[in-house]
Amino acid sequence: MSTDTHAAHADDHHHEGGHAHGTFSTYMLGFVLSVVLTAIPFWLVMSGTLPSKQITALVIMAFAVVQIVVHMIYFLHMNTTSENGWSMMALIFTIVMVVIALSGSLWVMSHLNSNMMPVHQMTGMK
Amino acid sequence: MTVAINPTQTGEPVFYLADEHPHPEGWSTSLGFWIYLMSDCLIFAILFATFGVLGGNYAAGPAPKDLFDLNLVAVNTSMLLLSSITYGFAMLTMQQNKIAQTQMWLAITGLFGAAFIGIELTEFAHMIHEGATPQRSAFLSAFFTLVGTHGLHVSCGLIWLVTLMVQVQKFGLIEANRRRLMCLSMFWHFLDVVWIGVFTFVYLLGVLR
Amino acid sequence: MSPDLLKLIFGRLGLESLPLHEPIVVGTFVVVALGGAALLGGLTYFRLWGYLWREWFTTVDHKRIGIMYMILGIVMLLRGFADALMMRGQQMLAFGGSEGYLNAHHYDQVFTAHGVIMIFFVAMPLVTGLMNYVVPLQIGARDVSFPFLNNFSFWMTVGGAVLVMASLFIGEFARTGWLAYPPLSNIGYSPDVGVDYYIWALQVAGVGTTLSGINLICTIVKLRCPGMTMMKMPVFTWTSLCTNVLIVASFPVLTVVLALLSLDRYVGTNFFTNDFGGSPMMYVNLIWIWGHPEVYILVLPAFGIFSEVTSTFSGKRLFGYTSMVYATVVITILSYLVWLHHFFTMGSGASVNSFFGITTMIISIPTGAKMFNWLFTMYRGRIRYELPMMWTIAFMLTFVIGGMTGVLLAVPPADFVLHNSLFLIAHFHNVIIGGVVFGAFAGINYWFPKAFGFKLDPFWGKMSFWFWVTGFYLAFMPLYVLGLMGVTRRLRVFDDPSLQIWFVIAAIGAVFVFIGILSMLMQFAVSLLKREQLKDVTGDPWDARTLEWATSSPPPDYNFAFTPVVHDNDAWWDMKKRGYQRPLTGFKPIHMPSSTGTGIILAGLATAMGFGLIWYIWWLAAVSFIAMLAVGIGHTFNYHRDFDIPAEDVIRTEDARTKLLAGAK
Repeated sequence: MSTDTHAAHADDHHHEGGHAHGTFSTYMLGFVLSVVLTAIPFWLVMSGTLPSKQITALVIMAFAVVQIVVHMIYFLHMNTTSENGWSMMALIFTIVMVVIALSGSLWVMSHLNSNMMPVHQMTGMK
Repeated sequence: MTVAINPTQTGEPVFYLADEHPHPEGWSTSLGFWIYLMSDCLIFAILFATFGVLGGNYAAGPAPKDLFDLNLVAVNTSMLLLSSITYGFAMLTMQQNKIAQTQMWLAITGLFGAAFIGIELTEFAHMIHEGATPQRSAFLSAFFTLVGTHGLHVSCGLIWLVTLMVQVQKFGLIEANRRRLMCLSMFWHFLDVVWIGVFTFVYLLGVLR
Repeated sequence: MSPDLLKLIFGRLGLESLPLHEPIVVGTFVVVALGGAALLGGLTYFRLWGYLWREWFTTVDHKRIGIMYMILGIVMLLRGFADALMMRGQQMLAFGGSEGYLNAHHYDQVFTAHGVIMIFFVAMPLVTGLMNYVVPLQIGARDVSFPFLNNFSFWMTVGGAVLVMASLFIGEFARTGWLAYPPLSNIGYSPDVGVDYYIWALQVAGVGTTLSGINLICTIVKLRCPGMTMMKMPVFTWTSLCTNVLIVASFPVLTVVLALLSLDRYVGTNFFTNDFGGSPMMYVNLIWIWGHPEVYILVLPAFGIFSEVTSTFSGKRLFGYTSMVYATVVITILSYLVWLHHFFTMGSGASVNSFFGITTMIISIPTGAKMFNWLFTMYRGRIRYELPMMWTIAFMLTFVIGGMTGVLLAVPPADFVLHNSLFLIAHFHNVIIGGVVFGAFAGINYWFPKAFGFKLDPFWGKMSFWFWVTGFYLAFMPLYVLGLMGVTRRLRVFDDPSLQIWFVIAAIGAVFVFIGILSMLMQFAVSLLKREQLKDVTGDPWDARTLEWATSSPPPDYNFAFTPVVHDNDAWWDMKKRGYQRPLTGFKPIHMPSSTGTGIILAGLATAMGFGLIWYIWWLAAVSFIAMLAVGIGHTFNYHRDFDIPAEDVIRTEDARTKLLAGAK
C-alpha cells in the first residue's frame, strides 16, 4: 500500500481533493458516445432486427454496461488516482456488493420458486 | 511529506508537527459524497433486485408490452442525457469563473430535468388511468417503486439545483459553492447512470419479455 | 367536536390508544413519569438546561457525542433488559395450565421490543459511541470529517429510540418478532400501529446510522495524522473502518426493505403480500442481506477493542497484526455471502443451501485466526488482570462456545432440526452477549479514564463482571438444552412440566445478570464519588500503546495541541520508548468546527414526522417534512461553521496540564 504513505496529508494543496475535471472535448465525446449507445439498443428492440429475443437481450445488456462505463469515465471522471484510489476502491466494492445482492436474490428466489411453486403456476411465470 | 516524518538533521525523531496546515475546508467532502452515492447505488440495486424477482408476476394484469411506450421512453432518456451534457457545460463555465453562463447552463439543466419529471408523471398518470396502478400486481408495484424512486431523486436534484443557483447568485462562485456544484454534478450524472439500468432492464427488456 | 374533525387532527390516535387496561404498563408509566418529572425538575432547579444545550445537545465534538451515544445505549439497556426479565418470568411461570402473568398481546410486544431495542438502541449506540470517541483520537485527528453530520446522526438515533419508547405508553409496539416478517406484519394481519412504530423508529435511526458510517469512513481515510499508513493504523481503527463500510453497504438495504413494507401497508402495493404476485419470502431474503452484515457491524469493533486490550494488558505488541487486518477484511466481504443461513428451511433446495452453508463455515476461519492471535499475544506476556482484560478473557471463552454452536447451525440438515428453536436463541445471545456486550464493557472500563480523567471502581466492576458472566451461563446454557429438546422460540405457555426446571434456571441467570447491571450502575456512582482517589493525571493510566493515550484525560477540545507524527503501529509506545518530550511552547490557534442546534432540530422534526405517519396524523407529517426541508436548506446558507481556538486558550490548557503532570511526579 505504497500510495497510502502520502494519503494522509500529501496533497493538501490540491484543493479539489484530487478530483479530476473534464474538458469540453471529453464531455462532448462522452455525450456522443452515450447517444449512440442509447440509440442502438432502442432501435434493436423497436425494430426487432436481431433474430432472437435472447440475442437482443444480451446485446442491449452489453450496450448498457458499456454506456455505464462511458458515463463513469467522461461524466463522473472516474480514474484510479482520484482520492488516492479510494473512489475507485469504493466503486469496486460497491459493484461487488451489487452483484452479490442482485444475483444472489435472483438465484435464491428462483430456486425457491422452482422448488416450492406448484407446476401449473410455473407456466404463467417467466 | 516524507520530509516531515523523517528524522531531522540531528537524528532526533519528530513526533509532532510544530507548524501545521489544517486541512482545507471540504477536504473530505468529495469522498464523503461519493460514498453516499455508493450507498444510494445499493438502494437502487435492491430495487432492481426486487424488480428482477417480482417483475414477472403480472397477476393476470397488464404486462410491460401492454403498457410501455418506447417512443416516450426514448424522449425521456434524451431529456436526461441532454441535461447531463448541459450540466457538464455548467461545470466547464464554472471553472472559467463565468457566473452568468454557469447560471444559464444550470437553468437549462433544470429545465431538462423538469421535462423529464413531467414526461414521467404523464406516463404514470396514463398507466394509472388505464387501471395499471401500483396496487394491481407485484410487477407494477416494483415498476412504480423503482422508476418512482429514480424520479424522486431527480426531483430532489432539482430542489438542490435551484438552491444552489440562489446561493451562486447571492455569494458568487466561492470555493464552497464550487464544491457544492461539483457534488450536485456527481449526483446528477449518477442518476443518469441509474437511468441506463432503468431503460435497459425495465423498459427494453420488459418489452422484449 | 365532530368525529371527522377529530380524525383530521389526531388521526387514529384516541384516548383508547392509551394502554390503561394493562396494569403493568400503567405501573411502568407511573414510575417513568415520576422519574422523568424528578429529572426535569432537577435540571430546571439547578439551571442546567442552558449548559446542556450549549455544551452537549448542540456540540459537534466527537468526544461528547460519543459519550452521549454511550449514555443512550446504557439507558436503553435498562429498558431492553426489563423486557428480558419479563420474558424469563413469564416462561418460568406458565406451566401446568398457568397462563403466567403476561397476556399474549403484551408478551408478543415484549419479545419484539426486546430484540429491536437490544440490537438497534443498545448494541448499535454502544458500538458507535466507542468508535466516535476513540477513532479520531487514535488517528491523531481533531474531530471527524463532518462534525455537524455527526451531531445530526446521534439525534436521529435518539429520535428512533424516542419512538420505540413512545410505543410503550401511546398505542402499542409490533407483535411480529424483531424482523417483522410479512405476511404477519402486513396491514391485513397487523392493522394496528405497532408495526408502524417499528418501521419509523428504524427508518429514523437508520438514516443516522448510515450517515455516521459515511462520516467515520471519511474520517479514517482522510484525517489520519502524518506517518499513519493503513498498515500502521491501530486494530480498533481498522475494525471500525470495516464496520462502517459494512454499515454503508448494508443499511441502505434495510431502508429499502422497510420502505417497501411501508408501501405495502400505507399504499396497498403488493411486494410482500400473498396475493397479486407478491412474495413474503422476498422480504425475508432482503432483510437478511442487511441482517447478516449487521451482526458483523456489531462484533467487529468488539474484536478491535479486545485487540487493543489484550496487547495493552499483556504488555506486548499485538501478535500477527497483518493477519488480524486481513482476517477483518475477509470477514467484511464474507459477511455478505452468508445471509441465506438464516432461512435454510425456506426451501431453496440443496444447491443453494449447501453454498450458503459452506460460506458460513468458511467465516469461522478468519475468526479463529483472530482468536489465536489474541492467545499468542497473551502467551509469555506480563498479563495484568484489570477489568478490561477480565472481560476480554470472558469473551474468549464464551465466544468460542457461541462460535462452535454457530458452525453447527451452519450445517443445513442440523439447521432443519434447530431452526427457530431455543438452541438458536442461545447461540446468538452467546455471540452477541459474549462478543458485543462483553466487548462494550471491556471498552467502557478501558477508555473511561480517558474520557473522564479517573478510573472506574474495581470492586464494583468485579461484582458486575462475575454476576454478568455467571448469570449469562445460567441463563443461556439451559436454552441450548431446551432447544435440543425441540422447544421453539417465542412461546408463551408450556404443557410439558419436565421443561420447567430449565426455565427456572434460566430465570435465575437473568436475575444474576440483573444484579450485574445494578453493580455496573453502582460502579459508575461509586467511581464518581471516589473520583479523587481514582484520579489519573498522566493521561495514560494503563501504560497503553496507541495514540489516544498521548493526550490528557479528558482530552482538550482540540484533542492534540500539535498534530502527532507516527512512526510505528503502537505509536504512543514508540513515543514513550524513544523519549518523546511533550511540547511546552510554540502553541498556535487551532481551527475547529462550531456547535450548531440544527442537528437536534432536524432530528426532532424527523421524529415528529414519524409520529404523524404512525398515527395517520397527515398534517403533522406534512408540516414536519416541509419544516425539515426548510431547516435543512436554511442550514446550507450558513457558510461560517468554524472558528479558531485562540492560542492563549491552548496555552492555558496546556500549561494547566504541565502543572498537573509536574504535580504527579
